[in-house]
Amino acid sequence: MSTNIEEKGLLTSFRVLDLSNERGFLCGKILGDLGADVIKIEKPGGDPARNIGPFFEDKPDPEKSLYWFAYNNNKRGITLNLETESGRDIFCRLVKTADFLIESFSPGYMESLGLGYERISRVNPQLVMTSITPFGQTGPYSQYKASDLEIMAMSGLMSLLGYPDRPPVRVTVPQSYMWTGMQAASGTLLAHYYRGRTGKGQHVDVSAQASILCALAHAPTFWDVNEVLTVREGPIMSGRSVKGAKMRCIFPCKDGFINFIVYGGPAGITTNKALTEWMDSEGMATEYLKNKDWDSFDIATVTQEEIDQIEGPTAEFLKTKTKKEFFEEAIKRRMLGYPVTTAEEILADPQLYARDYWQKVAHPELDQEITYPGGFGKFSLSPCRIWRRAPLIGEHNEEIYGELGLNGNDLLMLKQAGII
Amino acid sequence: MNKRVFEEIKVAEFGGFAAGPGVGKMMADFGAEVVRVESFARPDGFRSHYPPYTDNEPGLNRSGCFAIHNNNKYDITLNLKTEGALEAAKKVIAWADVVIENFTPGTMSRLGLGYETLSKDKPDLIMLGSCNQGQTGPHAEHPGFGSHLTSLSGFTHLTGYPDAPPVILYGPYIDYIGVGYGMIAIAAALDYRRRTGKGQYIDLAQYEGGLQFVAPVLLDYLINGRITSRMGNRNPYAAPHGAYPCLGEDRWCVISVFSDEEWQQLIKTMGYPHWAKESRFATLLGRKENEDELDSLIGQWTSGFTAEQLMERLQAVGVRAAVVNNMKDIYTDPQLKHRHIWRELEHVEMGRFNYQAPAFNLSETPAEIDRPSPCIGEHNHFFFTRILGYSEEEYKTMLEQKVIA
Repeated sequence: MSTNIEEKGLLTSFRVLDLSNERGFLCGKILGDLGADVIKIEKPGGDPARNIGPFFEDKPDPEKSLYWFAYNNNKRGITLNLETESGRDIFCRLVKTADFLIESFSPGYMESLGLGYERISRVNPQLVMTSITPFGQTGPYSQYKASDLEIMAMSGLMSLLGYPDRPPVRVTVPQSYMWTGMQAASGTLLAHYYRGRTGKGQHVDVSAQASILCALAHAPTFWDVNEVLTVREGPIMSGRSVKGAKMRCIFPCKDGFINFIVYGGPAGITTNKALTEWMDSEGMATEYLKNKDWDSFDIATVTQEEIDQIEGPTAEFLKTKTKKEFFEEAIKRRMLGYPVTTAEEILADPQLYARDYWQKVAHPELDQEITYPGGFGKFSLSPCRIWRRAPLIGEHNEEIYGELGLNGNDLLMLKQAGII
Repeated sequence: MNKRVFEEIKVAEFGGFAAGPGVGKMMADFGAEVVRVESFARPDGFRSHYPPYTDNEPGLNRSGCFAIHNNNKYDITLNLKTEGALEAAKKVIAWADVVIENFTPGTMSRLGLGYETLSKDKPDLIMLGSCNQGQTGPHAEHPGFGSHLTSLSGFTHLTGYPDAPPVILYGPYIDYIGVGYGMIAIAAALDYRRRTGKGQYIDLAQYEGGLQFVAPVLLDYLINGRITSRMGNRNPYAAPHGAYPCLGEDRWCVISVFSDEEWQQLIKTMGYPHWAKESRFATLLGRKENEDELDSLIGQWTSGFTAEQLMERLQAVGVRAAVVNNMKDIYTDPQLKHRHIWRELEHVEMGRFNYQAPAFNLSETPAEIDRPSPCIGEHNHFFFTRILGYSEEEYKTMLEQKVIA
């Protein structure tokens, strides 16, 4: 690997204007992780998403939202009122300096301001404009309102999560905004690559509903291939065997739960042998497990009876372990399976420290350094990381408007007129 | 007609399952030439032991799970444990601009295909190594699947009801986060290469990508010492906020109310039932305090309607509501249809299959899905002779020596 690391991100020379709300925050943050100059544009007074918790020291304050901190780092911040002619004029001057524009207003809102893609692309034909909405820019549901819950429902994912005798559930921490922001960054960079080769900008229309479809994994294909409906089964997974066997995936242990699944294939067979050996060393392997010919074990045709014979003693055994004991042995014995962790356990995982994942970022106004999850990947030529903390409201007004040639008096005037 | 995004970009893909092939699929959707390198000795696990299979009959070319991750690709088979195969694999890589692999860390190097070796002859090579926990660190070489890693990364603990054990997120949820970040990483690296001529290696741990999705929970613990746990469908600042039963078998509609105005619209739509007029439900604080009862009363109302009726009626008055689409519904959902998400193609063994288009539409350079997922080794002859320029004789020898196998 090259040792010639440059202290610049891959996208250092590019500028992003980020008008998005919580549905799109991650998109700009990802471009920022890669070094782009991301300018978060908030309405005067600040983005309403600054009210999303949790908060620093549990103090609800628009300058203390940890949600904001997490997804708006790597951005500079300015305030601008796009609902005024003067605000739009300044915005268009910014657009001329930008390579990317990210927005997540309801479809039609940007057009109503005269800032739709058609118009914007005349201001800057090379611009890549990314629009993030629950369902897309056009289509029968494009005007529907949705929060994370509705998006998770419409994506189909909720139908796969939960117990059969209770309502389907979402993930407690909003996931649809993450999926959407990530897919948006992907589409944005594809358009960017194309622009690099041809000089042409374009419009990227991202649907949150569609952004989650990939997370359904192969569940839809059961319907498509054989008209079998995959549904939520709590801790149980079905569909792994053509003979209809169901496998348990969540096992209680001494201090919580362990995610273990009877697997096939080379890794599964190694696991099954290793687990039997481990159980046997503690006198807990049954004759069935000890006599099993694991090398010919075929998960795709396994029967429920076989699975029960394996899972029964496995469940008894796992009950005698703590999460940590299981984790350490699984690593040592090269077995598949991990504990069901909480934030506390994630923060204690030596692997993430060994890879310098956590990153301390100074927040001088809070008199504290905050530890963040660092960049999403490691690139041999260039860092992918947090370069700066999230902006305060209007923190970079002077700096950025100054770059446009506006002076202190102009800013005073614009501030009093409610434009910035 | 515009060029494709990845026109003339060539991709060699080693590994299997979801995390690597998912990235290659997206590149293929946007015009890259992608070749899957498999072998009959070690076919993709999705082929060999992952239902569904067409007509429930296992077969290497019948897996829906394999199909959905692999349209528009070539497929060749090289038994990498044979001597000649290494040389052939290097030729495939010499042809490629991008290598994607998601073996357990160390595997590519052991095969003689590590980045340091490959980039010596080809400094502009871009290589993505996508794995569970990263290429370095004490747990790097621990084998793992996304289904388990989803639990190690905190998602499972956050899914389900507070009074019951957690539930699974169905499949290898976190693999697809890895796919998204993998695509982002390659696009950024390709752009960088275009400007500088330099290739690079990308070490992508799905664990580290996945944790980005739960960052606020990690910060809440670090700053406030709070361990966030699963709360069913509850939201700390909205009520009602849940999934409610509807007419039909296992049919559900989600409804979420974030303001008192939306609450007024909801109860108006319900025809102002007497209980809704009670002051204890009039405010957010009141609704949160009586949320169990609120959920049950709303559920009694929703049970008289179909989920589709409720969605339409509530959306018409500005209340967020949606059908909980099941795995059948997503194939007929009018909005997904409008976006042309499902692309039906004929597969030689599976018959018609619906391949999946990306979540974003690019106005100038749309995704094109026009070749079904390949059968194993389907393009051996074509790829080695027509693309890599092997002679018929050389090709025959490779078959005989079980290099291609």
